[in-house]
Amino acid sequence: MADLGRQRARQGPLNALPVAIFLLIGFAAPLLGVIIFSFMPERTFSLWQAPGLGNYATIFTGTSYLSLLWSLGLAAVTVCLLAVICYPIAYGLARVFGRWSTLLTLLFTIPLFVSENVRLYGWILFFIKNGVMLGTLKSLFGIEMESWLFTEGMIVLGMVYVYLPFMLFPMTLGVSMVPQETRDAAFDLGASKWQVFREVDLPLAMPGIMIGFLLSFVLAVGALVEAKVLGGQRVIPIVHDIELAFTYAQNWPLGSAMAVLLMVVVATFVLLVLRRFDLDTILGRR
Amino acid sequence: MTTRSPVLELRGITKTFGTFTAVHGIDLTIAEGEFFTIVGPSGSGKTTMLRMLAGLESPSAGDILLRGQRVNDLPANKRPTCMVFQSLALFPHRTVGQNIEFPLKIRDVPAAERKARALQLMAQLRLPESYYGKNVTKCSGGERQRVALARALAYNPDILFFDEPLSAIDYKLRKTLEKELKDIHRETGKTFVYITHSLEEAMVMSDRIGVMRLGHMVQVGTPNEIYTAPNSKFVSEFIGDVNIMPVRLNGGRLVSDELGAEFLPPAVPTGFSNGHLVVRPESLRVLDRRDEAENVLTGTLYNEYALGSRIQYQVRVGERVFIAERLRQQALTGRLDTEVLVGWNARDSILVSD
Repeated sequence: MADLGRQRARQGPLNALPVAIFLLIGFAAPLLGVIIFSFMPERTFSLWQAPGLGNYATIFTGTSYLSLLWSLGLAAVTVCLLAVICYPIAYGLARVFGRWSTLLTLLFTIPLFVSENVRLYGWILFFIKNGVMLGTLKSLFGIEMESWLFTEGMIVLGMVYVYLPFMLFPMTLGVSMVPQETRDAAFDLGASKWQVFREVDLPLAMPGIMIGFLLSFVLAVGALVEAKVLGGQRVIPIVHDIELAFTYAQNWPLGSAMAVLLMVVVATFVLLVLRRFDLDTILGRR
Repeated sequence: MTTRSPVLELRGITKTFGTFTAVHGIDLTIAEGEFFTIVGPSGSGKTTMLRMLAGLESPSAGDILLRGQRVNDLPANKRPTCMVFQSLALFPHRTVGQNIEFPLKIRDVPAAERKARALQLMAQLRLPESYYGKNVTKCSGGERQRVALARALAYNPDILFFDEPLSAIDYKLRKTLEKELKDIHRETGKTFVYITHSLEEAMVMSDRIGVMRLGHMVQVGTPNEIYTAPNSKFVSEFIGDVNIMPVRLNGGRLVSDELGAEFLPPAVPTGFSNGHLVVRPESLRVLDRRDEAENVLTGTLYNEYALGSRIQYQVRVGERVFIAERLRQQALTGRLDTEVLVGWNARDSILVSD
């Protein structure tokens, strides 16, 4: 028995080795490369120069920090809107729609199979001057309006549209985790509908809601095409700056510095949220 | 028991779900301070019935009167009643104290007062004071029962409803909690309406029992009445082991065509012609001599089960299996597979129609 235990203890790391090597080469090494690059002098392609903080200084002396703020701001607004939009839908999917839920879930999922760019150009056709919406209003009712395209609001609409499933599905899971008897009990103990929502529904659905928040926020911070296509480059998100630095500007160290900064900001936020809402505790695993 | 004023009256309560009728026009009056138990197998409509009384469902027809006031349309959170659920429905993200204080918090009772009341209820239900800050998911099954009951009592309802809260508890603990619940009933003087599928559980605790079957209330009576005078085969069988045989009345005697035997009947209900004769195991004795009982059958002793103070015998008469009992001191030894006499006196048997 002891022999078997020892053998098992030896076999564990051995079995993990292939995955460990793969992660080391495919994940840790490039990440480390990016981090080192961010401390290299401007426009160099070598990792063996004297390190410095010049690239980080450039971010804050130039306009890139504004891009970072735009990205974070747009993501925050998107996530808040998503929360408000998705909760009623999630509640419906989990409790009200019954057997129609599967069909609705399918309808929410199918667009994911179509390229994001194609879907966003679809919105362009819908909102463009003489397009689906404005053209119809003009020819049927004679109402003429300015197009809403290429505004910040349009970018938010695009992001809400693209990231909706990532908020909706974890949230639906969270809402369906709330036992009906527990809600009944709170109601029976004198709580109003609103108090039941605040005291029972919300805290018990919180794991799902939190996962939806984090998932859609992290994705939304990295959003690029919405601003490019629907925003007409009126707003430059940080990801756009990073892309430019690596391609057009051929300034890898600056691009790396922006990527690292974005990573640090998002990771800090995620860790803060996870500390405030310990998912394991909420799920009752600890 | 003195006559008490009615606290809850049901008049023709009916509940339909689509084409399915779960509860069929039930009339019932429950008295102030009574421990009333509704018993029935699963699917008999007892949970639907309780949910209507609590205000979690509204009746399709009929009226619910609480102290004479029609409360059909009063939602659960406005009724002076409270339910202990089958799953207990405790709030898993809250401590024992917070669970108990929930109804007080809803009413904006000051924190210090809430805590004092919670600790008082915990003491009454024998929950250690140290549990106040304990997460409710870390409590054992019996402790959670007590927390659920304390939370319901904190609401200070006129009537407490119980939806089989003890069904998931092991036998020994369930027996303890049944007695505790009856003690709490006495101490608080509140009206308890309890539902269970176990008539045994109902017998232990209740002042009166209502037996439900397929949405109908088939019999209402004291535990003694239900036990000694069941009004149907269904009710008589519900208590557990009984000996039942189809009989017909013929010239003052009961005839069992199946067994080819004639019996002396107990008091015959008026208009009775066909039905079943019920003899409880404790009334059916294994006899030494034929003249020890008024009605006697000869059968084969097939098996025996020790029940503690008594021993049960399985006796086969023809195709039919009878359960008879004897005191431990009079145990039959070495008689398996031999012929035995079983018998009962007419007054210990019950006649039921259908």
